[in-house]
Amino acid sequence: MKSRRGLLTVIGLLLALLIITPFASSYVIVLITYALVFAILAMSLDILLGYTGLPSLGQAAYLGMGAYLTAILATQYDFGLGWSFWVVILLGILVGALTAAFFGLFAIRATGVYFLMITLALGQCVWGLAYRWNSVTGGDNGINLPPRPEFGIDLANDVTYFYVVFGCFVVSLLTLYILVKSPFGRSLEGIREREPRMRILGYNTWLHKYIAFVIAGGYGGLAGVLWAHLSGLVSPGDVLLTTSVDALLMVVLGGPGTLVGGAIGAAVIVFLRDYLSTMLPWWQYVLGGVYVLTILYLPGGLMGIPERIRHRRARSASQGETKKLKSASH
Amino acid sequence: MISRLIGKFGWKLMLGCLAVGMSVSQAAGAAAELRIGFLAPMTGIFAQVGKDMSNGFQMYLDEVGGDFAGAKVNFIVEDNEGKPPVAVRKAEKLIRQDKVQMFIGGLLASTGYALAPVSTRLKTVYIASIPAADDLTQREAAKYPYVIRTGWTSSQPNHPFGEWACEQGYKRIVAIAADYAFGYEVVGGFQKAFESCGGKIIQKIWPPLGTKDFGPYIPTFKKDADAIFTLMVGPMSLQFPKQLANAGIKKPVLGGGTSYDEFVLPSMGDEVLGHVSALQYSAALDTPKNAAFVKKYREKYGKVPSYYSESNYTTAQMIHEVFKKTKGKWPGSEKFIEMLSAIKLDTARGPVYLDDMKNPVHNIYIRKVEKRKMFGYDKDELWNTVIKTYPNVGQFWKYGKTEFLKQPVYSRDYPPCKHCE
Repeated sequence: MKSRRGLLTVIGLLLALLIITPFASSYVIVLITYALVFAILAMSLDILLGYTGLPSLGQAAYLGMGAYLTAILATQYDFGLGWSFWVVILLGILVGALTAAFFGLFAIRATGVYFLMITLALGQCVWGLAYRWNSVTGGDNGINLPPRPEFGIDLANDVTYFYVVFGCFVVSLLTLYILVKSPFGRSLEGIREREPRMRILGYNTWLHKYIAFVIAGGYGGLAGVLWAHLSGLVSPGDVLLTTSVDALLMVVLGGPGTLVGGAIGAAVIVFLRDYLSTMLPWWQYVLGGVYVLTILYLPGGLMGIPERIRHRRARSASQGETKKLKSASH
Repeated sequence: MISRLIGKFGWKLMLGCLAVGMSVSQAAGAAAELRIGFLAPMTGIFAQVGKDMSNGFQMYLDEVGGDFAGAKVNFIVEDNEGKPPVAVRKAEKLIRQDKVQMFIGGLLASTGYALAPVSTRLKTVYIASIPAADDLTQREAAKYPYVIRTGWTSSQPNHPFGEWACEQGYKRIVAIAADYAFGYEVVGGFQKAFESCGGKIIQKIWPPLGTKDFGPYIPTFKKDADAIFTLMVGPMSLQFPKQLANAGIKKPVLGGGTSYDEFVLPSMGDEVLGHVSALQYSAALDTPKNAAFVKKYREKYGKVPSYYSESNYTTAQMIHEVFKKTKGKWPGSEKFIEMLSAIKLDTARGPVYLDDMKNPVHNIYIRKVEKRKMFGYDKDELWNTVIKTYPNVGQFWKYGKTEFLKQPVYSRDYPPCKHCE
């Protein structure tokens, strides 16, 4: 009952977004698209942070791999500027997953803060590569992409591109939702709660975590491909630690272990950073305030709000009942 | 539950909608105004430079009362944090939401390379007042019909500078420069000119942009070099000469213009005395126009203007010239570019006109850091005294346009370091 209502709410929100966006101002359309791309990244991180309990600080690396792959294919091989755009999406997912598969070999053996540090270091390796390998990545200049692909539909149109990104987002949300509800997802949660017990029960926890890590990398790569075409510029600035931290904050703000929370966090942060900042010069205080208040009062993130309200209502209802009982007994 | 949620957040939603609505009507309601977007780093390590940039433009606007021959100027400053991807997002905002007719600025060369495609994609004029990325007005100029430059190309002052270094009798020079496009192009220009008159660059070192500790680099300098060529940006400029002096190195130091810019000069000590650099502007330029500019700027903002301020002040002046001709009407992007490239002006930096690739041709000044009194200020201060002027230097120097464009853009590996040991 509870989860069905949640499901309906999500579907309703998505439909509303789909219908309202084309009528928004062109800047807002671009921002919504940004938010959706980051939502995919945040959700991929949520698989690690929220469901498996692995706080990764290297998620931008996969975004970067996907983005650089797209940019290099487009500029040096003229690939991915027509129908092959879809191939690039698949390749992007693949390269993200492969990178994660490689990094996972080093990272998965650690937990907690050590995992954080290792993923941070590995993420910075990708940044270093992007910054230093001039002949391929353009170094600090980054790579400017040619106009977006055109194949019957013209992706250069921002609304069309929004639909494509929206589609990718919905597919990601759906597949990730199926993943976390599957027995595999359940065992990930089990690992998060108590890994030794899972191991005693006979689960290969290393393999579980490794697979989760690779899957998260794949979605990160997908976000990278979409990001590259959205921004038109791929630069080491995107692959930097700050992007990883942003993704982490999005998940924490929205509510880890909820999938949708990451998406909400992404939307809130993108709009605070890129929309509010154009109105208030002191927008950073607002962003900081939101973080602090969330951590102080909503440890479960923004997704914890309905839960809290329900909780309070239940409490006041039960209090009302006890009052009634008391008055009845008098 | 949902209704309660809406009740709780409804007012916030309404406020948000109101804000969206207001910003839209603002953009649509103004017809006879000129909206200029300005991108500069207002936070982060380059915040001071960003302030200098916007101050320069603002000062000209204040002088003319925000009125360009009848067009009311709406000057919108956005913070790009000194990062190219942020600059792209903010440029999109300026164009899409504020509906600016043109956007100006950006600081780093990499930001210039990032912003130019935005101008092509969204068909909006981009005036590169600071980003000196060579190719914007060289090999890639045809790709960016809406880009015009009022600043300079990175290699422009360094071609004559290389020749000057030969004249001083330097034979072997070590180069240390910030590791990004601007650094490559400054060193590249210097190396090409210096080596074609018989000099040798014997070592090239690339510390990352924003390096504060040069400890690992300074000891590796070749001991038998005649001089050191440096290119530092922002806070790096301050640290490098200090650490060089502390290391006891007394070789002559040459530098790209930004290494000794007026914005770092007041914070520098005697360790930079005698260092020589080349740029199209010096606050110590002894012309009546510049004297007036420096005094006015100093009175208003309490500091000596840097080239960052001068370049944007001049940009505003040039835009105003165009509007004088159109009588306050926006001529459309293509026409505006055309008219702006035809402007010839006597400015604080000297006479300026644009070549057929939309890059300025102006004087290049060889400047030496000296402690002296200038413009009637009663304290001894550090100034970039002009010791030699190369008049009307274009971006191709003496090499000829077609010949020059055949070579690749200056990079970490070009020109190759033939004499590196």
